[in-house]
Formats: sequence, structure tokens, C-alpha cells
Amino acid sequence: MSILVNKNTRVVGQGITGKAGSKHALNNIAYGTNYVAAVTPGKGGQKFNDSLPVFNTVREAVEKEGANTSVIFVPPPFAAEGIMEAIDAGIQTIVCITEGIPVRDMALVKEKLRQAPGVRLIGPNCPGIMTPGECNIGIMPGYIAKPGRVGILSRSGTLTYEGMYQLTQRGYGQSTCVGIGGDPIQGLTHLDVVKLFNEDPDTDAILMIGEIGGTAEIEAAEYIKEHVKKPVAAFIAGRTAPPGRRMGHAGAVVGGKGTSAEDKVRALQAAGIAVAETPSHLAEALLSVWNPAA
Amino acid sequence: MNIHEYQAKQLFAEFGIPVPFGVACQKEEEFVAAIDQIPGELYVVKSQIHAGGRGKGTFTDGYQGGVKVTKTKEDALAAAKAMLGNTLVTKQTGPAGRVVRTIYFNEASSIKHEYYLAVLLDRATSKPVVIASTEGGMNIEEVAEKTPEKIAKVWIDPAIGMRPYQASELAFALGFEGDEAKQFKKLVMNLYKLFDAKDCSLVEVNPMVSTNDGKVIALDAKVSFDDNALFRHPEIEALRDITEEDPKEVEARKYDLNYIALDGSIACLVNGAGLAMSTMDIIKHCGGSPANFLDVGGSATVEQVTAAFRIITQDPNVKGILVNIFGGIMSCLTIAEGIVAAAKTVEIKVPLIVRLEGNQVEEGKKVLAESGLKITPADSLIDGARKAVAEVNAYVAANQ
Repeated sequence: MSILVNKNTRVVGQGITGKAGSKHALNNIAYGTNYVAAVTPGKGGQKFNDSLPVFNTVREAVEKEGANTSVIFVPPPFAAEGIMEAIDAGIQTIVCITEGIPVRDMALVKEKLRQAPGVRLIGPNCPGIMTPGECNIGIMPGYIAKPGRVGILSRSGTLTYEGMYQLTQRGYGQSTCVGIGGDPIQGLTHLDVVKLFNEDPDTDAILMIGEIGGTAEIEAAEYIKEHVKKPVAAFIAGRTAPPGRRMGHAGAVVGGKGTSAEDKVRALQAAGIAVAETPSHLAEALLSVWNPAA
Repeated sequence: MNIHEYQAKQLFAEFGIPVPFGVACQKEEEFVAAIDQIPGELYVVKSQIHAGGRGKGTFTDGYQGGVKVTKTKEDALAAAKAMLGNTLVTKQTGPAGRVVRTIYFNEASSIKHEYYLAVLLDRATSKPVVIASTEGGMNIEEVAEKTPEKIAKVWIDPAIGMRPYQASELAFALGFEGDEAKQFKKLVMNLYKLFDAKDCSLVEVNPMVSTNDGKVIALDAKVSFDDNALFRHPEIEALRDITEEDPKEVEARKYDLNYIALDGSIACLVNGAGLAMSTMDIIKHCGGSPANFLDVGGSATVEQVTAAFRIITQDPNVKGILVNIFGGIMSCLTIAEGIVAAAKTVEIKVPLIVRLEGNQVEEGKKVLAESGLKITPADSLIDGARKAVAEVNAYVAANQ
């Protein structure tokens, strides 16, 4: 078991016939991910990778190939369109990798998601999601992962990899790794993913990676304090970031109460979460509160 | 992206938001003609820089105040001359200050009351929120902290837009009546229209004022835009003033590099925003200070890496460079080749510490080892940070 995606997930790739998208989709397929279709408007009837049917619309991919999950590599001006199309087509889990979607477009997507309560959006501006050994959707490097029992969630791609790598090197695998993305408006939040990991019988411990900007980590911390019995470790990036500047991620900006690294670290510690001092101590922090042998 | 007050007020006027009459000048020769156009008996002279706190700022030559209200044309002219080309230091500019390149002359308003009004994204609800307060001209975060009851908010459904009842709610909250209420409602509805139409990340009016002659107007204007949406607003991109930005940041943008200049001595070059921030943090943790934030992205080319080295070595404060790459999909080999290529065109005099991990790490390390470059390899991020701090300290000591 795992959360959100597994070996039965049927993936449709939106915008994977382009250069970047095709490279990553082929990596995903090589990992064993079950891609069932591609969608590129105007390219319907073609084949992707000589085998995968290409459709003009997501609806066709759902009707003809039973796709239930989509991955979006569509360029920023059209990516929100892609998400909305997937919602209307009945896709249940939408993974949007695209970086640089206008905030206004995402605000409209978010309204649409409120009208489609069963649909889960991961991202945008994220590395994707992986259940090691079963399904890898997005741009995460499969070789650093290992099937196991730690759930990882993060706003940052490369910090997710740090966490996976440190755990894998010590022999501890991951149940699912979720990159929730670095944008100010996102689909699943830290809190949403923590709840899923908490309910997942095959996840024993949780590693949560956050950063400056917004207060999502604090909301997750409050929930963890009340409801989560599983050991949790965390890391917050951006202690040295100057206020008011966007640090690469559109959502990573200190402004107002609860958005700085100090505020978040304090809230996490108050919730009994082990906070890693540096990104080199992610596995160490988790192992300080989690006994894998128990 | 930020713009100047005079540009923001031009946008306000376009959207039917009343502003005082004003004329912006970049040249001293234009001052007299501009002042002659200002109606009334008082003249407001405003320095234009991308930073707040101008009124209480001080110029580096000792001249006080980046905003002046004068009673005569002569005094207005003298104030404008003192400000143009001068460097203004405010609590938001940092000690280096900003050079004033534009003067904005405004008519004066007879203020009855000052209010605060803004539209921005509320991240918690993913909706735009309009914030209004009777406490204008103040730091709104302080007002929110100390007297939250003096702040009114309405959340806007982005698919529907701002509705008249929401404007009305704010008008009541601010205590407007009669014609003033009418004017305010129109102003705030238009303000939201501007926020929406131009993909703004912030529209702030601090203060908005009611005047003794019965008007409600935007006395100041601050507008920032969502960088991600600039592709569909060439008219906004055209307002960009690159002299307000760090030249290294302007250069970095040309190469699609995410670079932010800081004031420390250890430059860093990293892939991924989260890892780049953490690299700065770990440098600090190990006793050093980061010179920049730099994310080369997940698919950096040799050309980008070369440009990155050129930009970070331009900074005279840089006494060492820490490269930290976790190659997920990105190949460590590309980074290594980029470093070697960069070293051919950019002279790297300071210690260079490189931590490579992930995809094609052995190939990358081999290229670096065989390059003949003086590079200190590191095994992990913390190892790299410790080595960088130690080598920079030694380098600084040796070069004193």
C-alpha cells in the first residue's frame, strides 16, 4: 500500500509529446509506471514511443483507455487549461509538473477544484509523486528511491531527493514521496498529505520538508500535534532568506506572521516534531524519533 | 515585478481610480514646465524609487526627506533639484540606498482622513482579498497585530469578481456615508478590476484619503505584478526599470537563472530552489555568510553554468564558491563540464568547493579531477559547507 498512486494507477500524459515531457515520460515508463495514453491537442491518432495512443482530449483517454491519473508537462500559459480539462474529464489524481503558471489562473483552478471534491491536484511547480517500486510520475530520479515505510512530502524537488537518498543509503525505504510544489496556490497541501500518510497502514513515519512563505507547515504541525501518532521529522528551508524576496519558488517569500523559517520551526517543535538542523540531517532527525525495528 | 508610483498612478487613472494630478520628470530641464502645470497653492515633490519609507528617508549627501510639500514653485524646484540624481536611503533600501532618477510633482490634497486599502492574494484561501482600514498611512501589519478590529476584509471569488455588496460592506466598515460612500465603492471596484486585469500580486493604496472638498482619492499607489503572468502583459513588462534592480540579477534573468544578491562572502551555485535556500542556510550554520541565492534549475546547460560563474564572480565580496548539485534527472557530468568550461572564460581566483551527488556523479567527479582545476571536492552538503567556510577564512587571512 501507499498513498495516491500505485502499480494499478493508469496514467495519461498531457503534453508529453514535447521535448522535456517526452524525456521524463519515457523515464517514468522505464521505471514501470503504467502509462496508458498521451494527450496533445492536434496529435490525436499518433503513437507515443511507438506504442502509446495519443488523443486530442483527456476525455478520450479516460473513455478509451481508462486513465484515472494525469501528469501535466504543458507549458505555463496553457497548463491551467490542462488541469481544468483533466478535472472535467473525470481524472481523479492530477500531477502538474509545470513551473510558472500565473497565480490568477491557479486561483480559477482552485475554484474549480472546490466543485470537484474527489479530485486531487498535486503541484503545480513540483517534481511529481512516486511510490517506489510501483509508480513514478514526474521528474523524480527513480534510482535513489527504495520501497519502504517512510512517507515523504516536500515543496522542493531537490530537498525531496536529499531526504530519499539519505534514507535509502541507511537502508530505509519510502512508502510514497510527494512533491507538493513551490507555488503560492497549490493542490494538496502539507496538511492534506500528512492526513493521507497518517491513515496509510503502510506508512510508519513521516518526513515533511517545508520552506519560507505561507503558513501551510504550521497548519500541518497543529494537526500533527492533535492527531498523528506516527513519528514525524521536518526541515524548513530559508532561515537566511531576506524578507520580501522570492527565493526561486514563486511561493517562497517571507511576509507576515508565521511565514518565516523561525516561526515555522518553532511551531513544528512545539508540536513535538523533530526538526532537522540542516538538510544533511534529514534522515538523522527522523531516526531520532523513529525506531524502525519496533 | 515592481513599478514606480507615477507608473502605478497612470494605471490607476486608466482604470478610473482618482489620483491627484501629477507630472513625472526624468530631466532637470523639464522641472519648471512640470511645476507650472500643478494646480493649487502647494506643490508635492516625490522621489521615485522602488522602496517605501521615502518621506522619512535621508539622502547620502545629508538632504532630508524624499517627499516634500512646498509653498512656492521656487522651493519645489529646489527640492526636485536636490533629489534628482541623489541617493535616497530609507528603511527599505538598505544602507546603499537607491539613486533617484525620476521626480514626480503632484498637486496637494486637503486631507480629512487617511485610510488603507489593498488587494492581494490570500494564500490560505487561494482567493484575492481586499483589505481596508481606517488607519491609513500606517504600517498595516502593525495595525493587524495591535488593533485587528480596525481591519476589514472581503474575499473575492476569482471566477465572479468583486460584487457591489462587497464594496458596500467595506464602505460601511470604513464609516463612509452619502457621496463619499459612492465614490469609495467605485474606487475599490475599479481597484479590483485593475488587480484582476493586469495579473497583479499586490495593489496597495496607503493612504487613500477623503478630502475636505468631498473627494475620495488614492494619494499613494503601489503595484506589483505576478512575474509568471508577464508573458501576457507586454505593456507591463515595458514599465520595468532595470536601474532599480541589481545588475547581476538583471544579467542572471537573461540566462534564465534564479539569482538574488546577498551581502555575504560565500557564493553558491545550486540546482533547485529549496536546496539553494538550504545551501545558504547551511553556510550560515557552519559560521559563514552566503553571498547569493542561485538556482540554476533542473536542466541547466553548460552555457548557463558558465554565465552563473561569471555573475557570481563579479561580486567583489565573494571570497569562495560552493557548488552544490543533487543530480536527480540533471546530470552531474553536465555541471562538471560547465564548471570546466566556465573556468576557461572566467578566472576563478577564490577557493572552489564542489559537492556532486546523484545522476552520473562518478563521471562528473572524473571530469573535475582531470581538469587540472584547483577544486576541493566534498562528500555531503555539510562537508561542503564546512570546507567552504574553512577555505574562505584561510583565503581571507592570506590575502589581507
